[in-house]
Amino acid sequence: MARLLSQTPCGDQLPRTIGQVALTEVTITRMVSVAPFQGQQKQVSDAMKSALGLRFPGANRVTASESARAIWAGAGIALVMDGKMPDLAGQAAVTDQSDAWTIVAINGAGTEDVLARLVPIDLRRSTFKTGHTARTLIGHMTGSVSRTGAQGFEIMVMRSMAKTLVHDLTRAATLLAGR
Amino acid sequence: MRITCPHCGERDGREFTYRGHALALRRPAPDAGEAAWDDYLHNRENPAGDTSDLWYHGPCGAWIKVDRNTLTHTVSGSTLAAKVAR
Repeated sequence: MARLLSQTPCGDQLPRTIGQVALTEVTITRMVSVAPFQGQQKQVSDAMKSALGLRFPGANRVTASESARAIWAGAGIALVMDGKMPDLAGQAAVTDQSDAWTIVAINGAGTEDVLARLVPIDLRRSTFKTGHTARTLIGHMTGSVSRTGAQGFEIMVMRSMAKTLVHDLTRAATLLAGR
Repeated sequence: MRITCPHCGERDGREFTYRGHALALRRPAPDAGEAAWDDYLHNRENPAGDTSDLWYHGPCGAWIKVDRNTLTHTVSGSTLAAKVAR
């Protein structure tokens, strides 16, 4: 049988540094989307709390424990990364998304200015704090933006858009650094 | 155009897709008769003033009933379609 090599969505395009902005790919072992059935939100959140150490995130929030993270991903749905998922049969629709998303971390002075060129929402720290997330646009793509620190964000788009994401972020950072 | 998503807050209009009048939420009974179904499927008002229509917020996947004014372009309210009484 052919020997298959696993490749991350961004492959050898990352990491790269433009000016003071560093782009790195975030790799995960597993990701699932969790969508609780109607009336099961509380039970699902409790089950996640005991198995993963985190609760089902509220709208526009990220929850995290030592072993896992959960990002709110839209109406009634969250993406859970890493950790050992509890059995949610009959309580939620759970779908494997491990290879479905591109996750890029953007860090450094001026990240807010770079993202301001691509994302049509206010990402300043006064309104968009660490642990906040938003489903919005990145350039022309629908994706997810989360703040990970004072000068750090995580951007997620579908895996097929990896090259476009790297291109858009690189272009925005380059034009900003060139001013 | 700015529309408020009940989940995400006020967002730029380019994040939304227009569906049509919120009348679509009031589906008549199967035996309501031809006139009711004709109205539901085809006949639309063209109001100069307040109207309600359905928009889809692509990034978060929510269907929203938006109340707006066609004369002033004011968006006066938005509700999750799932929570609109039918």
